[in-house]
Amino acid sequence: MEIRDALFRQLLRLADDCLVLGHRVSEWCGHAPILEEDMAMPNMALDLIGQARSLYAYAGEVEGKGRGEDDLAYLRSDREYGNLLLVERPNGDFAQTMLRQLYFAAFMEPYWREAQASADETLAGIAGKAVKEMAYHIRHAGEWVIRMGDGTEESAQRMADAVEALAPYTDELFETDTVTQTLVAAGLAPDPASLRAEWDRTIDMVFSEARLTSPEVRYPQTGGRAGLHGEDLGHLLSDLQYMQRTYPGLNW
Amino acid sequence: MTVVSIGKADARKRAWEAAAAVPDPEVPCVTVADLGILRSVEMEGDVAVARVTPTYSGCPATLAIEMAIEVALREAGFEVRIERVIAPAWTTDWITEEGREKLRAYGIAPPVDASNSVRSLFGETVVACPRCASTETERISEFGSTPCKALYRCIACKEPFDYFKCL
Repeated sequence: MEIRDALFRQLLRLADDCLVLGHRVSEWCGHAPILEEDMAMPNMALDLIGQARSLYAYAGEVEGKGRGEDDLAYLRSDREYGNLLLVERPNGDFAQTMLRQLYFAAFMEPYWREAQASADETLAGIAGKAVKEMAYHIRHAGEWVIRMGDGTEESAQRMADAVEALAPYTDELFETDTVTQTLVAAGLAPDPASLRAEWDRTIDMVFSEARLTSPEVRYPQTGGRAGLHGEDLGHLLSDLQYMQRTYPGLNW
Repeated sequence: MTVVSIGKADARKRAWEAAAAVPDPEVPCVTVADLGILRSVEMEGDVAVARVTPTYSGCPATLAIEMAIEVALREAGFEVRIERVIAPAWTTDWITEEGREKLRAYGIAPPVDASNSVRSLFGETVVACPRCASTETERISEFGSTPCKALYRCIACKEPFDYFKCL
C-alpha cells in the first residue's frame, strides 16, 4: 500500500474515533447525574472533537483533493467511517459511558505517546497535545469505574453489566492490517498490537481496585475499521450530519 | 512628501507589543503573551506574521484569540497573517512568572507541577488556595468552567476556586 494512502486512511480512522466518541459524550450534556459531571462531559467531548478537527484537516491535506474537515466529517456515509465499534456504542447508563471512556483512553494515551515520535511532524504535533488530554480522561473515567465498581450493590451490578456488554468490543483496539503495517514500517504511526500489554496493565489496575474482573471474550466484535458498523452509527450520523445534508454548504 | 521608513526591528517590536497585549477571552486577567499562546511575531515585508498555539485541542477560544490578535495588529497599522502552530504542543510550563502571579491575584491557582508530572491514574496534586494560601484544599471537579481549569475548594477559608490544570 502506498504510504500516503495509508496515512490518509489512518488519520481518518483516528478522526472518526474521536468525532464519534466526542458526539456520544456530548449527548450527556444536560443529562449527567451531577452538575460537576455535566461540566466534565462536554469538556471531554471538546477534547475529542478538537482532536478530530485537527486530524480531519490534516487528512484532507494529505489526500490533496480539496476536502476539508467539514467535508470529511459531514459528507461521508457510515460505510465510509472507519471508527472502532466501541466508540459508537450507545451511552447506556453512566457505568457504560465511563467504562467505554476508560477502555478507549487507556488505549489512546499510549498510542499518542508513541505517535509523538512519528516521522510525520504534524501527526507528532497532534499527538503531543492529545496525549495529555487522554491522561485526564483515564483518570476521570478510572475514578468513576472504581467508585461504582466498589460502591453499592446496585452500582457494582451496573459496572459488572457494563463490563459484560463492552468487553467484546475491546479486541478491535489492537487490530492491525495493511494500513497500520505500512505506517509502522515507515515510522509514521505506532503498532496498535504493541500497546496491548500496557492497556491490560491499566485496566487490571483499575479493575482490581473496583473489584471487577475482565471476562473471557469468546466472540470479539470487529469490523469498524473496514466500515462495517452497527445500526447505532447510522442514527448517530443522522443527528450529527443533519444540517449539512439538509442545507449543503451551509455556513455559520 | 517624506516617506518615513520604520526600521524592521522597530516594526517587529511594535507588532509584538500590539499582539502581546491581547487578553485571553476566558481568563482576561492574563494576556496571550503571559500564557505563552503567542509564540512569535515576525515581519515578512509589510505583513506581521503572528504564530499562535492553541491550549487544548478543542479549546473553543482558539478562534476568538486568533481574531483578537489579528484585530489588534490591524489597529496598529499592520497587514496580518495568523499561523496556527501545533508542534511543539503548548504546555502550562510556558505560562510566564508574571502570568502565574496575575492568575493568583485574580483568584485562580496557577499550575503547580511541571507538565511532565501529569499522572494518568491515582495522582493527587496539592494545590494552594489563591486567597489564603492554605494547602488544605480538595478537588470538587476535575473539569471546571473552561477545559483548562479544575474546580477546587479551600477547607481553611471555605472559598471555592479554579485551578489552572497542568498540561
